Amino acid sequence: MIRVIIPYHLRNLANVGGEVALQVEGTVTQRVILDALESCYPVLRGTIRDHRTGQRRPFIRFFVCGEDWSHESPDAPLPEVIASGQEVFRIVGAMAGG
Amino acid sequence: MNSVRVLVGTRKGAFILNSDEKRADWQVSGPHFAGWEIYHINGSPANPNRLYASQSSGWFGQVIQRSDDGGQTWNPVGNQFVYEGETGTHQWFDGSQRPWAFTRVWNLQPSPNDPDTVYAGVEDAALFKSTDGGHSWRELPGLRAAKGHLWQPGAGGMCLHTILLDPTNLDRIYVAISAAGAFRTDDGGQTWLPINKGLKSNFELPDPDADVGHCVHNLAMHPSRPDVLFMQKHWDVMRSDDAGGQWREVSGDLPSDFGFPISVHAHEPETVYVVPIKSDSEHYPPEGKLRVYRSRGGGNQWEALTNGLPQKDCYVNVFRSAMAVDRLDSCGIYFGTTGGQVYVSPDAGDHWMPIVHDLPAVLSVEVQTLP
Repeated sequence: MIRVIIPYHLRNLANVGGEVALQVEGTVTQRVILDALESCYPVLRGTIRDHRTGQRRPFIRFFVCGEDWSHESPDAPLPEVIASGQEVFRIVGAMAGG
Repeated sequence: MNSVRVLVGTRKGAFILNSDEKRADWQVSGPHFAGWEIYHINGSPANPNRLYASQSSGWFGQVIQRSDDGGQTWNPVGNQFVYEGETGTHQWFDGSQRPWAFTRVWNLQPSPNDPDTVYAGVEDAALFKSTDGGHSWRELPGLRAAKGHLWQPGAGGMCLHTILLDPTNLDRIYVAISAAGAFRTDDGGQTWLPINKGLKSNFELPDPDADVGHCVHNLAMHPSRPDVLFMQKHWDVMRSDDAGGQWREVSGDLPSDFGFPISVHAHEPETVYVVPIKSDSEHYPPEGKLRVYRSRGGGNQWEALTNGLPQKDCYVNVFRSAMAVDRLDSCGIYFGTTGGQVYVSPDAGDHWMPIVHDLPAVLSVEVQTLP
């Protein structure tokens, strides 16, 4: 089971609590996680990735095991600790006030 | 007894203000969608409990919310706004060309006779239509064919901010875009005509009489006379008596003819309201006095309405979509400010009082008159 934390506003939008648990098959990548997340919570489509291009929105970041993976390939395999659920995949709103 | 429901969009959420027809005691509901920008909330004339809200964020993009119980509960609907065909380019601030890119929905206008049909005016400027209650959206691309390559963004972005639906002819729609101008369709949105003859933009355009490129801030129309339009342009208050075929200036004796919103009295088609702002360099009321101006003759002669409004040290702005009227016998006028006040006048502007005075900056105000 993959564990994902999404930003406060998106938790409210999707009506979920602290962590989201996702069941995925095969190699775990950022794209696989985001596809599964949007499939479980369709309201999140367009809020993390652009509808048309599928690109990460500019003010969104992806953190993995204490590192920023935002600019890694969306199809790069994620560490086993993410795939096993030992560590959390974090979707973060860029640090900016307002 | 009638009642009114005021729909307020702010920088940090939506608020719904309810009162009976006396409009003296108010119940405030909200914030809804706390922390998100709510550019517009609007109700269906055909089913007042059907509301649509544009919820957006620089981080998370666009969400459209829908309520079927007058704003007590909401559900997200479709948020996919994809331009039709080749998007082409428009002018950027520096005059270079830049591809169209969707940013947000500025205005939602439900059909007068079908709660499931609603139009969305978006940035970068285009008009979208949904016929399934907001679940899916389709662009009306003929609008961008009206010299879209010459359109350019105003300070708020290149936004389609105003949609007027002719209640007597569902094929006729007026829209306004900053900074492109006003446009009209007579075939339900397939083809569009720039309707900017008579506008003069001496300080904003190299050709002050250009066909498109004018910074139109807002349009207003009385439903009984859909051929008569009033316009608050960047500078100048304008009027057209032939559905936008020709405009003439009616700024008259206003202390400033710069401003954003313009509204028409619910029962007097020649009574018009504006909120003069000092200039495009100083977005606050002249002399620090918040004054609504009313013309009872369709423009030119204006009277200041000040009773109950701050008359010193007031430096708020009133955005283009932040003024509205109700349809009670004694017409109520409403407007919201960047300082978070929403004012009401239950007697057509003679006396004003704040309904709320500490909301986030107000982006839009709509009013529903309920049976």
